[in-house]
Amino acid sequence: MPRRPVDARSPRDAAVVDPDHASASRRGFLAKVLAVACGGLATLPPVVAGLWTFLDPLRRQGSAATFLRVADLAAIPDDGVPRQFPVIADRVDAWTGFAAEPVGAVYLRREQGSRAVQALSATCPHAGCFIGFERAVDCFRCPCHNSSFTLDGGIVAPSPSPRPMDTLECRVGRNGQVEVKWQRFRAGVAEKVVQG
Amino acid sequence: MTPPRRGPLGRVADFLDDRTGYRALLHEALYERVPGGARWRYVWGSTLVFAFLTQVITGLFLWANYAPSAQTAWESVFFIQHEMAGGWLLRGIHHVMAQAMVVLLALHLLQVVIDGAYKAPREVNFWLGLVLMMLVLGMALTGYLLPWDQKGYWATIVATNLAGIVPVVGPSLQQLVIGGPEYGHHTLTRFFALHAGFLPATLVLFLVVHLAVFRRHGLHAKQPLTKPDGMFWPDQLLKDAVAMLAVMAVVLGVILVPAARAMLAGEAVHPGHLGAELGAPADPSQPYAAARPEWYFLFLFQFLKVFEGWGATGEFVGAILVPGLIMAAMALMPIVGGWRLGHRFNVAFTLAILAGVGLLTGLALREDYYALWVDRAALAEAETLHDQTGGDRVKLAAALGGDRAKATAIERQWKTLEKVRRSQAFLDAVKLAKADAARAVELAGRPERIPPAGMLAVVRGDPLMQGPRLFAQHCAGCHAHVDPLAADAEAVIAASSAANLFAFGSADWIRGLLDPEQVAGPAYFGNTAHKDGEMVSFVRDDLTDEATWPRADIDAVVAALAAEAGRPVPPEIAGLVERGRELVAADDRCGGCHRFRDNGAELSGEPDLTGWGGREWLVGIIADPAHERFYGHANDRMPRFGVAAEGELPQLTREQIEILADWLRGAWYRPSQR
Repeated sequence: MPRRPVDARSPRDAAVVDPDHASASRRGFLAKVLAVACGGLATLPPVVAGLWTFLDPLRRQGSAATFLRVADLAAIPDDGVPRQFPVIADRVDAWTGFAAEPVGAVYLRREQGSRAVQALSATCPHAGCFIGFERAVDCFRCPCHNSSFTLDGGIVAPSPSPRPMDTLECRVGRNGQVEVKWQRFRAGVAEKVVQG
Repeated sequence: MTPPRRGPLGRVADFLDDRTGYRALLHEALYERVPGGARWRYVWGSTLVFAFLTQVITGLFLWANYAPSAQTAWESVFFIQHEMAGGWLLRGIHHVMAQAMVVLLALHLLQVVIDGAYKAPREVNFWLGLVLMMLVLGMALTGYLLPWDQKGYWATIVATNLAGIVPVVGPSLQQLVIGGPEYGHHTLTRFFALHAGFLPATLVLFLVVHLAVFRRHGLHAKQPLTKPDGMFWPDQLLKDAVAMLAVMAVVLGVILVPAARAMLAGEAVHPGHLGAELGAPADPSQPYAAARPEWYFLFLFQFLKVFEGWGATGEFVGAILVPGLIMAAMALMPIVGGWRLGHRFNVAFTLAILAGVGLLTGLALREDYYALWVDRAALAEAETLHDQTGGDRVKLAAALGGDRAKATAIERQWKTLEKVRRSQAFLDAVKLAKADAARAVELAGRPERIPPAGMLAVVRGDPLMQGPRLFAQHCAGCHAHVDPLAADAEAVIAASSAANLFAFGSADWIRGLLDPEQVAGPAYFGNTAHKDGEMVSFVRDDLTDEATWPRADIDAVVAALAAEAGRPVPPEIAGLVERGRELVAADDRCGGCHRFRDNGAELSGEPDLTGWGGREWLVGIIADPAHERFYGHANDRMPRFGVAAEGELPQLTREQIEILADWLRGAWYRPSQR
C-alpha cells in the first residue's frame, strides 16, 4: 500500500514534523468542529424546510367512503352477468375541485329474479390494474398479470392475485336506485384492508 | 510497514481509500495554502457557493410541488404557500436567498476588483465569474415569472419585450423564449426549464471550472500580508462557515421578523403570509399599475426613464446598449488592469457603476414612495389653485394678481404635486394589488376548491374584486357608493348626480329613502329628475301624516322591502314583514302607484316592487332601467347597460351586470361561511 507522503503544511501531519505542535493542533481541532457545526447549522434550514414540505402528503387523508348512486336497478339485467358502471363523485385533487367526475368503475350484477345487487370493484387486488370482463369466456381477467376471477369475483387458480375481487357494500333503494359505498383497498395483500 | 491497528470504521475507510483515493482528493480540496492567513474578506465566494446550494436544495423541493402551466402555476404555488406544511418557509428561503445571492455577487465582485484579483494570471477566472453573474441574474429573472401572478407576469412582459428590441434577432428571440406569439403554457414550461434546468446546469459547469481555475492560481492574497500563512481547512473554512451561517440568519430574519412583530403586537400570525409574496393570478385583461421589477433590477427600470421621449431608440440604448457596454468594460478590466493606473481606473469604474446603480435604485424608490414623506397640507393652496386654473400659467398669474414670486413658487409646488400624484397612484395600485392578492388567496381556500379552469376564472367572476372596478368604470359617473358614516361621505355624495347605492336594499337604505329629510337629498333623489317627483312629495306629505302612516307601518314597509331585497331584516321589525307586504300591495298605500306581486297596479314609470332590490330585480334595472317594469318613460339619465341596438354590443355583458348586482347586494364569498 503506497503511503501518503508527510506534508508539513498540513496540520494533520504537523505533529509528525514538530511534536511541539500539540497546542496548535488542539486549536485546529476546535476550529474544525466549529466550522463543521456552523456549516451544518447554516445548511439545516433549507433541508428542514424541504423535508417538512416533502412529507406534507403523509398528513393528508382521502375523502371518507360514502354511498354513491351508480345506476338504476332496471339498468342491471337479472342474468348474473356483470355490467360495468362508472362511479361519479366530486373529487379534490390537491388544489383543484372537480364536480361530478368519473372517479372509477364498478361491476354490478344480479341473479335472476333477485333485487339484491352484487358490486365488485374494477381495481385488481394484485397490483391495482383495471380488471376487464370477458364475455366470451364469462370471466374477469386483469390485463396486467392475467389474474382471473369468476363471475362473482372468486379467485381462479393459479392467480397472482392474493385475494378475490373486492366486493363493495351495495344497497338498493325503494325506487330502484343502486348505491355503492365507494372505497379503495390495499393492493397486494391477502386481507382486504381499506386504503387511506 | 504495517498500518496501526484500526477499528471497523477505519478499515472501511481504508478499503474505500484504496479503491477511490478519496483521501488524496479531500486533502487536495481542503489543504490549500492561504497566504497571510485566513481573512474575512475572502468569504464571499464561499457564501455564494453556499447560497447556490441552498437554492438547489429548496428549488428541488419546490419542484416536487410545482406545476408549470397557465392554469396550475399560480394554483400550485398557492398550495405550497398556504396549504402545505412548511411550504411558506421553503418558498421564503428560496425567495429571500435569491435576493441575498445578488447582494453577495456584488460583494464578491467588489472584493475581487478592489483586491486586484482579476489581474494576470487570473483573467480567465474573472471572465468566468462574469458569466456566472449573468447566469445568476438570468435565474432571478426567470424565477420571477414562475408563480404566474400579476407581478411576475407584467415584469416578464416588459423584460421579454425589451429582449424583442435587440436588432435583427430580437423578435425571434422573444418568440422563442415565450414559446410562441402569446404568453401562456409554453412561456411557463420554457421559463421553468431555463430556471431549473439549463441555467443551473450551465452554472454548475462554469462554477466547477471557476473553482478549478481558482485552485490552479491559488488564492489572490491582499497585500500586505501581516500574518503567517494559514490553511483553507480549517482556518478559512471556519470563517466561511460563520459567514454562511450569518447569511442564513439574515435570510431567516427577513422571513420571520414580520411574524415576530405581529406576535409582539398581539396579532395572529398566518404562516402563509410570511416569506415570499403571491399576487393575484396573472390577468392580461386587468391593468396592473403596481408593476415593478424585483428591487435589484429597479436601477435598469429607472435607467430606462432617462431615455423617455427617445422612442424605441431609447429602449435600445437604455436596456441593451449601455448595459452591454458596461458589461464589455467589465470584461476588459483584466486587460486595462495591466496598464499604468489601470487598476485604479477599474476600481473607480466599478465603484462608479455601483454608485450609479445605488443612485438609480434610490431615485426609483423615491419616485414611487414620494407621497409618503411629502406634507400634502403644505401643498393645499397650490392644489386648490391648480384645480381652479386647470394648471394654466396665465390663469395662475391672473388669479394671484400679478404676484410674480408667488406664481413661481406655486408653479414649483405644482411640479411637486405632480410627483405626489404619480407616487400616490403607485401606492394606491400597490394597496389594490395587495387586496386583490389577499382576496384571491381567500377565494382559493373555498371548500369547493379551485375549478379546473384555474383561479383566474374565479377571480374574474368575484363580485368583491370586480364589482368596485365595474362600478367605478360604469356607474360612479353618477352614483356614489360610500358609507354615509365615512369621513368624506358628505362631499362624495354631494358631488354625485344619482342615488348613493351603498348598502342598497338594506333596512337602513330604505329608511333613508322614506325619511322626509333625506328623500330629496343628494343621497337619494336630490340630484335627479325625480327630485320633484311623486315619490318625494309622497314621502314628505303622506308619510309624515301619523294618522295614515303610523311609525309601525313605516317599519313594516322597511321590513317587507328589506326582505324583498334578500337583506337581513332587523330583529326588532322582523315580525312586521307580512304586515309590510300588505301595505306595499295595498292600493291606498304603496300599491297606489307601485306594482307589487299581483296587486294589479299599472306599470307607468314607478318601479315594480316585486322582488325589489333582489338579484334578479337589480340585474333587470341595470340592464334596462327604461323597461316598463322599472322607470319606463320616467327613466332619468341611466343608460340601458344590457340593451343595444341590433348589430351593436351592449355596454355590459350579462356576467358583468350580475357581478355588479351581486356586489351591490353584498353577495360574495366570505370565509366565515365555511
